[in-house]
Amino acid sequence: MTGISLSSAAPTVDNIQSAYMAQVHRRRLYGGLTLLIFVILMVSGFTVADDRNAGGFWEGLHQIGDYPADVLSEAWEKRADLPALMVKYFPALVETINIAAVSTLIGAIGGLFLSLLGTRGLAKWPRLIPLFRRISDVMRAVPEIVIALVLIFVLGGGPVPAMIAIAIHTAGALAKLFSEVSENTDLKAVEGLTSTGATWSQKMLLGVLPQVAPNYVSYTLLRFEINIRASAILGFVGAGGLGYELRNSMAWGPGRFDEAAAIFILLFGTIVFFDQVSSRYRNRLTEGQGQ
Amino acid sequence: MTTIELHDTKLAAEKLFQRKRIIGFGIPAVIAVYLTYIFFAFDLPGLAERANLDNAVTLASDSWSHKVHVTRDNRSGEITYAVEGERKGTYLDGMRPAWVSGDDVTTIDLGGDHVVRYLPDNRTEIDIPGFPLITAQAEGRIVTTNLPDDLPDWISATDRRVGITTPEGRITLTGARTEVFNYFPGWELFWFTLDSPYHGQSLGTILFGEQLDPVRGNIAGAVSDWWNNAMWRHKDVAWAIGETVLMAFLGTMGGAIIALPLAFLAAKRFSPVMLLRAATRRLFDFVRGVDALIWTVVLARAFGPGPLTGALAILITDTGTFGKIFSEALENVDQKQIEGVSSTGAKPLQRNRFGVIPQVVPVLLAQILYFLESNTRSATIIGAITGGGIGLMLTQAIQTQKDWEEVAYYIILIIAMVMFMDWFSGWLRGKLIGRKD
Repeated sequence: MTGISLSSAAPTVDNIQSAYMAQVHRRRLYGGLTLLIFVILMVSGFTVADDRNAGGFWEGLHQIGDYPADVLSEAWEKRADLPALMVKYFPALVETINIAAVSTLIGAIGGLFLSLLGTRGLAKWPRLIPLFRRISDVMRAVPEIVIALVLIFVLGGGPVPAMIAIAIHTAGALAKLFSEVSENTDLKAVEGLTSTGATWSQKMLLGVLPQVAPNYVSYTLLRFEINIRASAILGFVGAGGLGYELRNSMAWGPGRFDEAAAIFILLFGTIVFFDQVSSRYRNRLTEGQGQ
Repeated sequence: MTTIELHDTKLAAEKLFQRKRIIGFGIPAVIAVYLTYIFFAFDLPGLAERANLDNAVTLASDSWSHKVHVTRDNRSGEITYAVEGERKGTYLDGMRPAWVSGDDVTTIDLGGDHVVRYLPDNRTEIDIPGFPLITAQAEGRIVTTNLPDDLPDWISATDRRVGITTPEGRITLTGARTEVFNYFPGWELFWFTLDSPYHGQSLGTILFGEQLDPVRGNIAGAVSDWWNNAMWRHKDVAWAIGETVLMAFLGTMGGAIIALPLAFLAAKRFSPVMLLRAATRRLFDFVRGVDALIWTVVLARAFGPGPLTGALAILITDTGTFGKIFSEALENVDQKQIEGVSSTGAKPLQRNRFGVIPQVVPVLLAQILYFLESNTRSATIIGAITGGGIGLMLTQAIQTQKDWEEVAYYIILIIAMVMFMDWFSGWLRGKLIGRKD
């Protein structure tokens, strides 16, 4: 190595420069090609989606404001009714929030067990770790609507199918996030508890949970935000709550747009409210951890 | 430390314990109270009445099995054989299942010594072990039988309609038609429908055997018949999955492309004008708060149902989410690199390109790829609302309440699709920004 660099000291700078330039060119070429492929994918994807859509993009673009304008103008004409309508739909809103809250709660408890049983060093049965991980993978992969639709067929419409569907997905999603956190726990506390003869549940409750609780709660709050949206959407396919009322009021069409507007406002307000509250608490939790 | 101080510390410690104890018992108590409230608010006691166990049984058994209908039209006396009773699954003229025999008297052997015989003049004989031979006669709109008055619960009979359910199959008799349903495990006609020459041929015959269709080569013909299978609609299903993935892809990438420049406007470090910053942030909050559901509803009015509407709904919602995440990432960039780049005389655009972008790209890519996977799931749901993709096919299949094996097929495909996207985005993330672990 030294011999070569000594004997050919002068050309090396040139060599290095040309090698560097070649590398830069190659990188630019690859970067450009990637960009080109990406652009082609986007454009062709857009064209395909446009072709398969009932109405075209360019024909529809100027109509985009029509529906909101209709709804808003009608709601404005009947603005005196809006508070009464909001009161009327308040129980539906409570149901939507309840679906989200219960499914988050049940999902978080399920995710907690799945993650503890699926983390190396903490699992009660180390041999079954892959099993619990696969279970949470599958639970995470199932979109809520699949379970909700099947359960609506069996259990009838209402909040329970949506609750179960969201809870299953939440358990899987939280199990993954939780186990990322619990993999980084300090095992000394667990070892200390083991030396006192603690059972597995005591070790988890007293040794692991205090370490991971802030992160777990933070993830659970984030999930709650997501679940409020999910429970509104599932209502649209027949699972009760605000989404269900929205679909009904839309089916009535013009003349009842004030009801749709009231539901839009309630839904928007709820989502923004819980986003703000949960992000404030999450910030506090993660800040407290840094100190 | 004096005694008094010690006393104070002890008191403080006891107070702390007290509080922890209250929290320790309080939180589970609050959860229990809330769940009790939910128990009644969601009417769980009434759920048992509303739940339809028959539906559950149908669903569980139909999802992995199929039935073959043997139908006699009592007006014309014509007998048809069809898988799932669908026209697409009808046996061709002169063909019938192997468990049906006889010419004047059609004997249907359901297995387990359960035999149904279609006799001339719309008469029917049903032979069930452990039960007297049932004979029935259809005349006009009336069915007359020799059934006794006290019937077991697996037989329901009026003079208009007789239904018999046995473990081997189901029989219904009305004046207009007599039908026998014979159940078999498996997804029938999954590869080829009955009108295809490749139906019932082994894989070896198709690959290496003699040409089955004089017009087409074996492999090309088999692939085309499978692809155009009218019963399982593999072509439509593949298109639907493509549409769903396309919605997720267009929505995620489009949202990211729009959000990136806007995020610079919303980040304190790059956007000195307070008003502009606040306006951009409120815009992000607004499009996020309106939520994909409302965007879907609004956009469907303008663009009509289809994948484009779904893609745009995801795009708009994600612009808000990405804008928020990106601007937070931009606020946290390291100033040192920007200073280093500006020391070489870089202009503002170059400073951002070489000083800022390389720092935030890993964060951005990680988020985009994570959303790509989660949006595949959203696209399934949005597709069900706006009318596009696999979500729509699933909804339709469930709402017709008939083809549960197709529902099972779609569910398996959806789970496989999401898991594939999960794996793919993880793989791409590993390639682009290196693995975390």
